Amino acid sequence: MSSVLEASPLTNSLTAGKLPRRASLWVLLASWAVSAAFFVMLHLSAAVDGFNIVGTFVFGTVLYCVAIYVLSRLVEGSRKAKDRLMTALVTAAFVIALLPLISIIYTTTVNGLPAILTPTFFTSSQRNVVGAGGGVLHAVIGTLMVTGMATLISVPIGLLASIYLVEYGRGRLARAITFFVDVMTGVPSIVAGLFAFALFALLFDDPGIRFGFGGAIALSVLMIPVVVRSSEEMLKLVPNELREAAFALGVPKWLTILKVVLPTSIAGIVTGVMLSIARVIGETAPLLIIAGFTSSMNYDLFSERMMTLPVFVYTQYANQGADSQAFIDRAWAAALTLILIVMLLNGLARLIAYWFSPKLGR
Amino acid sequence: MTTAAATTIKARQRPGDRIFSSATVISGSLILAMLAAVAIFLLVESLPAFVAGPDDFSGDVTNFWSYVGPLVFGTIYSAVLALLMAVPVAIGIALFISHFAPRKLAQGLGYLVDLLAAVPSVVFGLWGIGVLAPLVQPFYTTIVDWFGWFTPLAGPASGTGRTIFTVSIVLAVMILPIITAICREIFLQTPLLHEEAALALGATRWEMIRMAVLPFGLPGIISASMLGLGRALGETMAVAMVLSPSPEVIFQLLTAQNSNTIAANIALNFPEAHGVGVNILLATGLVLFIVTLLVNMLARVIINSRKAFSGAN
Repeated sequence: MSSVLEASPLTNSLTAGKLPRRASLWVLLASWAVSAAFFVMLHLSAAVDGFNIVGTFVFGTVLYCVAIYVLSRLVEGSRKAKDRLMTALVTAAFVIALLPLISIIYTTTVNGLPAILTPTFFTSSQRNVVGAGGGVLHAVIGTLMVTGMATLISVPIGLLASIYLVEYGRGRLARAITFFVDVMTGVPSIVAGLFAFALFALLFDDPGIRFGFGGAIALSVLMIPVVVRSSEEMLKLVPNELREAAFALGVPKWLTILKVVLPTSIAGIVTGVMLSIARVIGETAPLLIIAGFTSSMNYDLFSERMMTLPVFVYTQYANQGADSQAFIDRAWAAALTLILIVMLLNGLARLIAYWFSPKLGR
Repeated sequence: MTTAAATTIKARQRPGDRIFSSATVISGSLILAMLAAVAIFLLVESLPAFVAGPDDFSGDVTNFWSYVGPLVFGTIYSAVLALLMAVPVAIGIALFISHFAPRKLAQGLGYLVDLLAAVPSVVFGLWGIGVLAPLVQPFYTTIVDWFGWFTPLAGPASGTGRTIFTVSIVLAVMILPIITAICREIFLQTPLLHEEAALALGATRWEMIRMAVLPFGLPGIISASMLGLGRALGETMAVAMVLSPSPEVIFQLLTAQNSNTIAANIALNFPEAHGVGVNILLATGLVLFIVTLLVNMLARVIINSRKAFSGAN
């Protein structure tokens, strides 16, 4: 009898039948170590050349899933084992999604940096360049002009439409607009380009038409629904008490909207606009269709072909000249420029939202 | 209702009010007009393609429908494959961010996934051909050796890795952020009481998710998948750069011969097209527009039919 009493303090009823606290971490490390040992042996036996670090982690993680399931099933039972397995799988799904992101940023930086650091990259165009050298000035100017024009078209229309939806819209028209704005966010970008082409080819009766303004129209088709959606969300956040206070003071509705509603939500609206710019600035397909490509400068939106950064990346890759490495280097460098611009816009948008958002008591 | 209307005091309509409100109505209607214009102008410009004869097509294609058939097949095939890969991973990520990750990290981790949406499609194309295709090519050879008896995996394996399967992987990565974002929103809307009730009855975290979160989020998962499908159907540059195309219906996933997609076919051929060729490409664009419009409308109807998910889009 006494031996049972002496043995019992060893098993705490709260922790009995459970793996130790840090068990999953240790099992994970152990699985990676086993996997690494396996690949080291493969390497030493000269079956494969080089130590496979990716294989180590992939194989080790699979091993972990099996090991933690078996261990937990033996100690904790099948329900807890399944929970641990799913936790591992869900976490793995997240890591899997990060791998392409890391890989893209890494390869773009490594491949693009040398060409981006050449002195002519941001100061000259590709005119009369056949091998290495030259730059992307014409593409940067084109991107800025086309996207700027698209923003000039999209923001007034999108903002007014969202004001209609929030402040005026009732009934069938408002419901139709809400529905089709949502549907329009899914219109493929190349269809927007084809639309702009069909429109201007008919208007000017020119079956080979290419010009920058058409690209701006195509981008607007993609941009307006995004602006409407984000502005609508922001206008809805403005408290109704503000509007009612203005009405009670006898302020007309349009002035209430201009002087009370819009200033309150301006930070969110600006954020939404910047995110929508970031979305369309990387669009390639519509600009390839209607803005075309060229290797010269073009400051005129309304005539002649206009190069843009995404199309530059594509054409450098697709139409490689004799010195193909120079073209591929430029493609990567332009891609890096594009990613930097998009990330900058995204970061700026988030900062504006963070700085200027109304600090409501929470 | 009539009494209420009778007692309502109408505000005096000032000129500013009239101008402003009509400007908003016009802008709103302009959006509808724009969508209609997309359909009308594409239709008008693509009419010549429907009556085009065998001389207008290259190869042994005789009319428009036999030209667009393999393209429609390739578009749907690659998009569905991408969806099959993306949806389980997206649900996993959404669950990780909403229910597994430490609370303080969750939002930052969400931004990380959103960053994936910020990468332009042409960069995905460069990455697909420069990094992914060489990476997966050895696996294709092995798979064909082992499972070649299964028709979709039959050989000969592509020497470059530029197959429809690689394209589907790239597409899956590209549609991950949108599916994840919507699933995450919906999982976060699960009533807390349901979750706590499940946990209080002794459910493990995974059982709680299976009993409370997933049933609640199912309509949202379906519509998120359809929005992702719409994106994958219309994705152009990544496909145009990675795929090595061929104008036939091909079920094999890993060979050098692959059905092209509508969007990629347009991007590849439009710069050099002339005459009826332009109209034919515009007509394939019209087909793509109609397909994606239907998919998107269906997804939106599902989202709207469950008003609880209105915050999801």
